[in-house]
Amino acid sequence: MNKILINFSHPAKSKSKINAALLKAVLGLESVTINDLYDNYPDFMIDIRREQALCEEHDVIIFLYPFYWYQAPSIVKEWLDLVLEHGWAYGSKGKSLKGKLFTLAITAGGDGLSYTKEGVNGFTINELISPFIATSNLCSMRWVEPFTVLGVHRGLPEKQLLTEAENFRSFILNLRDGEIKGERA
Amino acid sequence: MDQFLLQLFIFFVASAIAVPIARKIGLGSVLGYLIAGIVIGPFGLSLISDVESVMHFTEFGVVMMLFLVGLELKPSMLWGMRIPILGMGGTQVIFSGLIVSLVLIVFIPWQQAVAAGLILALSSTAIVVQTLKEKNLINKSIGRSIFSVLLFQDLAVIPMLALLPLLSTEVVHHGESHSGSLIDISSLPGFLQLVIILFSILLVFIIGKYGSKPLFRAIAQTKIRELFVAASLSIIIGISLLMSIVGLSPALGTFIAGVVLAESEYRHELESDIEPFKGLLLGIFFISIGASLNFILIKNSALLVAAITAGFIILKFLVLFIISILFKIPKRERTFYAISLAGGGEFAFVLFQLAKSNGVLTSEVSEPFVSAVAISMFLSPFIIKLHDLALKSIKKDQKTEAEEDKICIKDRKVILAGFGQLGTDIGRFLLSAGIKPTILDNDASNIEVLRKFGFEVYYGDVTRLDLLESAGAGEAELIIITISDLEISKKLVELVSKHYPQIKIVANSTDMSSTFELMDLNVSVVRRESFGSALLYGQDILRILGIAPYDAYRLMRIFNKHNDEMINEMHKRKHDGMESFISGYRKQMNDLEELMKLDMEMESEELDRAWTGHNPEQ
Repeated sequence: MNKILINFSHPAKSKSKINAALLKAVLGLESVTINDLYDNYPDFMIDIRREQALCEEHDVIIFLYPFYWYQAPSIVKEWLDLVLEHGWAYGSKGKSLKGKLFTLAITAGGDGLSYTKEGVNGFTINELISPFIATSNLCSMRWVEPFTVLGVHRGLPEKQLLTEAENFRSFILNLRDGEIKGERA
Repeated sequence: MDQFLLQLFIFFVASAIAVPIARKIGLGSVLGYLIAGIVIGPFGLSLISDVESVMHFTEFGVVMMLFLVGLELKPSMLWGMRIPILGMGGTQVIFSGLIVSLVLIVFIPWQQAVAAGLILALSSTAIVVQTLKEKNLINKSIGRSIFSVLLFQDLAVIPMLALLPLLSTEVVHHGESHSGSLIDISSLPGFLQLVIILFSILLVFIIGKYGSKPLFRAIAQTKIRELFVAASLSIIIGISLLMSIVGLSPALGTFIAGVVLAESEYRHELESDIEPFKGLLLGIFFISIGASLNFILIKNSALLVAAITAGFIILKFLVLFIISILFKIPKRERTFYAISLAGGGEFAFVLFQLAKSNGVLTSEVSEPFVSAVAISMFLSPFIIKLHDLALKSIKKDQKTEAEEDKICIKDRKVILAGFGQLGTDIGRFLLSAGIKPTILDNDASNIEVLRKFGFEVYYGDVTRLDLLESAGAGEAELIIITISDLEISKKLVELVSKHYPQIKIVANSTDMSSTFELMDLNVSVVRRESFGSALLYGQDILRILGIAPYDAYRLMRIFNKHNDEMINEMHKRKHDGMESFISGYRKQMNDLEELMKLDMEMESEELDRAWTGHNPEQ
């Protein structure tokens, strides 16, 4: 059974509906750890050693966040800047993340059509998150196709919200139980 | 004298035994008093005599109760709740009263039927509010709906007090009672009487609005507590006398005075001064009700009493249930709404007593009703419990609805004790976040100024339990103590954690050793009041010295974290029992020395780790 670390990053979670529902769907699952970055580091003073230890203890690392301006909320960038140190995450001696599975769970306002070359946003999701894929490669991790909930700019009907939450739960369970292998870098 | 003291002794002992037991098994204090009364009354141990006159004297407790009800009701709050109060409350009292009366007309003359119907329409504020508090519903919408009905009922008592004598069917000899206690104005011509009545209500207003403030302020500055108590009591007694002279209900007069004083900064102080007197008088009043319950009658006419009890509970339940549909109360809360208000209330005892002394009802008619009300009050906590159980079993079957009550930040109850510089700044910050703390301060001179800036500030000695109680400590979730005197802070912390274990405590300390002493008392957050400014100063100083602003900021945050860890570490070590013999100044110096040593060892490495630290090629 894989151990899963979900780095949840939502700067206004009291107002969140979809991220809250996704989070709730995986709360309390066996060998799934939720690490709420904005809760733990409201002043962005990320505890590097704690975060590195968490990564080392887990086999799968996931960032769960809403898509803001085609990117992750700023604390995710801060986390990458601080935690992925040379000599730990990458470099000739940096092997701590090697072989771990890495992916994202994103909610975005625009629908699937808007995230195409011809669509309003002009780029696909995979193009926009390419820095994460490159990071995965640099740290010798195995990249997993991200989980996405698209078209949420006007909220989702209750029923669809439940389905998405259920889907996310199965996604996590599949990762946990080794059903998803990930792509080699 | 001995006889009087003996009676008093019996009353107090009986309540001291019965009330805690009743509360323990979830019956509430009103029922505890009633049970105590039954036990010591003529049908129990027969320990007391002359119940009638005791009851008559302690009726004054009701006057005090209405004063306190008035104090709770700010005019602005009354106005804000006018629609539920008038709509739901008005409909409930009128229709319950009407329907119960209509049924009763079949059996008794219409005047008696109307009187009994109206009285039975009332519910028990004491029991229901207690239940709502226990279930944590008082600030939820269902709690508010129920409360507004109770509020209307409390208000409706006042016209009822005035109306009842008009329904009299017998001639009563008005010997010693209401009129003519000091001056008899009934001999004056009618219009003059009216002028006098209006003038005295105006007087109550003026005293409450303008007269009380300088008076209380002058008394507060003497710092002699019993003077304040005496002044509060004399206001109530004075108004009662005034009202009796002009022939109005004393309860109405003190209620108006209460509402007028509700926005006064001395409100909490008044409340906590009057509360024990009201509690004692009402307690004895309820005991005497219990003692006057006629068990021979209940036994002989068990069927009649049972029929009345069941009858009025069912009729009221139906009326309330229809109201809950009309006012769009959520489906699953309707039964609770109707059940909680269906029983009779403590005012019924007062009003039946009054109806009897005014010759509206004879004792033969009123006694079965009084018994029925008492029984319904006994039953209501049980019925609510049954309802809870039933609801639970239904809920298990249904899918749990995913709507969690989001706690509105405005409803968070926070008490801020001490309003000096630190307290002021914390208070301002909280207000900016939408939290309005109840502020307590023992400096009367602060209050006037702060109130000018719109703060809700109350005067009083914060280490008094009754003041905490009236400031709402029972429902509060947090108390912030910003008092620089360690002894007072510690006393307050101990008081709060003993009596209100649910409250989290945040306290300030002035030096290291008081930090540790407060941490020993399990205070949730202790901060040394100058430490925060030291951090900000430090950051400014580093910046002036030419260190990059963001580095200065990060150094400050790192130092703050380091300090927290060190304080916890040192506290833990102290707790393990070392160095407890070192005292006073020496201890202070030791703490400082240790802390400084640790500061020197602080790994500034943490700053270097960020970004390019280990990757020099960037």
